[in-house]
Amino acid sequence: MHYHDNVDYPPLLSRPNVFFPLLAAVFAGLWWFNAGDSAIGRLVAGIIPEGASPATQTLATAVIVTAFLAFNIVVVMRLPLRQQVWLVWGELAVVILLFFYSFDLSFAFIQRKIGFLLTQGLVTTLYISAVSITIATILALMGAIAKLSSNGIAQGIAHFYTSLFRGLPLLMQIYMIYLGLPQLGYVVDAVPTGIAALSLCYGAYMTEIFRAGIESIPKGQWEAARALGLRPGAVMTRIILPQSMRVIIPPTGNQFISMLKDSSLVSVVGVWELMYLARTQGQTEFRHVEMMITASLIYWLMSIVLELIQKRIETHFNKAVTR
Amino acid sequence: MIPAPQIAAGAGAGGAAIEILKLSKWYGALQVLHDVDLVVDRGERLVICGPSGSGKSTLIRTVNALEGFQRGEIRVGGVKLTREPAVVEAVRRNVGMVFQQFNLFPHLTVLENCALSLRLVRGLSGPEARERSMHYLTKVRIPEQAGKYPAQLSGGQQQRVAIARAIAMQPEVMLFDEPTSALDPEMVKEVLDVMVGLAEDGMTMVVVTHEMGFARQVADRVIFMDAGRIVEQAPPEVFFTRPQSERTRAFLQQVLPH
Ligand SMILES: Nc1ncnc2c1ncn2[C@@H]1O[C@H](COP(=O)(O)OP(=O)(O)OP(=O)(O)O)[C@@H](O)[C@H]1O
Ligand SMILES: [Mg+2]
Repeated sequence: MHYHDNVDYPPLLSRPNVFFPLLAAVFAGLWWFNAGDSAIGRLVAGIIPEGASPATQTLATAVIVTAFLAFNIVVVMRLPLRQQVWLVWGELAVVILLFFYSFDLSFAFIQRKIGFLLTQGLVTTLYISAVSITIATILALMGAIAKLSSNGIAQGIAHFYTSLFRGLPLLMQIYMIYLGLPQLGYVVDAVPTGIAALSLCYGAYMTEIFRAGIESIPKGQWEAARALGLRPGAVMTRIILPQSMRVIIPPTGNQFISMLKDSSLVSVVGVWELMYLARTQGQTEFRHVEMMITASLIYWLMSIVLELIQKRIETHFNKAVTR
Repeated sequence: MIPAPQIAAGAGAGGAAIEILKLSKWYGALQVLHDVDLVVDRGERLVICGPSGSGKSTLIRTVNALEGFQRGEIRVGGVKLTREPAVVEAVRRNVGMVFQQFNLFPHLTVLENCALSLRLVRGLSGPEARERSMHYLTKVRIPEQAGKYPAQLSGGQQQRVAIARAIAMQPEVMLFDEPTSALDPEMVKEVLDVMVGLAEDGMTMVVVTHEMGFARQVADRVIFMDAGRIVEQAPPEVFFTRPQSERTRAFLQQVLPH
């Protein structure tokens, strides 16, 4: 039986010899980087007397920010653990959004373009990623089983496959499929090229994840299943894989999120996915930053969705061992 | 597709359940079984003991093909054991096994542990499989735990579930590899009691164990193995009172309570 536990250390507030130096460091940092001259500094400028010297403004900014931070920590520390996590997450998200906001963006431009970015870009990105993730998972499963099999030929192929496709840069694989295969007489379109390269590359990485997951299951599980007369396929799908999932899911979730963003690499062969559109749509009116930030937020949102899905699946496969 | 060889149920009742002829096995250069001959009759209760590394586990694991072998011959219910998947499957269907480490499937509930192979191997429907599983869970006196996961049970309870899972398949022969060695002392008895009950029902049993009390009580024959050979075999009353070989005597000195 597994029980949840945390890496434990005394709470920050009970350790003034850590807490106060931390605040001092923040204060010093703000001073050193001339915070009075920053976006926060300009906000602060609104509330201090007109015509203060730059030094005064920086000092005021540093004091206010540090005091706010200290107050925030004191408040957060009084909450239950889960609420602490969510609150801090939200605060950091606000800071990041403020950072984007400070770029003086043209929201009218974003509003004009976002429809196209979503219907063409996001849809293409999702389509490519979803298909690639599916194929990569199948390749990984086959690769892992081949690596663990008693068949030398299967093992040899699987080892070569993971070595080659983990070893070459993804960008190179995309070019080789798109520009190389036509040399052999096969012309491949841009989208299938992207899907093929992503599937092969991520299939190779995930082969290793699946292999490690399968190997983490004790020998006794195989033996018990065999002794009961289960066929090899049933041993794998009913006994071994369901148990390996606890080990396989977290790194696989990583791979899915990573693939979502690596799908942007297929923009080099002219696929109109999110990244491609973000780069090209801003060009006409010199509004690159707007498009980059919008696309970034869309990628981030998609990753968050994947994170949440991963969490649910993890909970499902953990139900037998956590209570 | 080769038709699965049928093991004639009760063919020549009282005939051999397991026949092992001149069985030799090597792990690399290490020979762990030396020309072992052993016949287990239907309904017979056999206890195998011997020092660690003497080849007891290896011997019984060759019977249901968890281990291969290089020389000799094994027949289970008259069927000659080969590497052929259909043969291996047919033999495993008729041979149940209980392991030292229980080896329950941790991702399945107790009931599902029993029902899964009934559905997949015996072809029972879901309700049939669950009903038969409950019957055997009741037999090992643990029906109230059916909905729990293995990790929620004590060692003794887990081993009883493992026994129920194996006998629910209604095998001709049951193999036990040190079924009580991983248990806390206070749980040994509940497992042995279930095994005694199984013996009284007439199950053919091959039990590797150091529980000499159990051997005295239920065994028809006790076998002592050392260094990959059967050194001595006799009914328990003879085995424990007048052991023939020096090695057996030395071993019994160590395992029997003084
Ligand atoms: N997979 C393996 N590879 C190599 N050698 C092995 C393997 N399994 C067992 N052996 C060796 O074979 C011999 C017999 O092992 P076995 O497990 O059958 O002994 P045992 O009588 O069951 O002992 P124990 O009482 O410790 O369970 C030992 O010398 C052991 O080291
Ligand atoms: Mg053993």
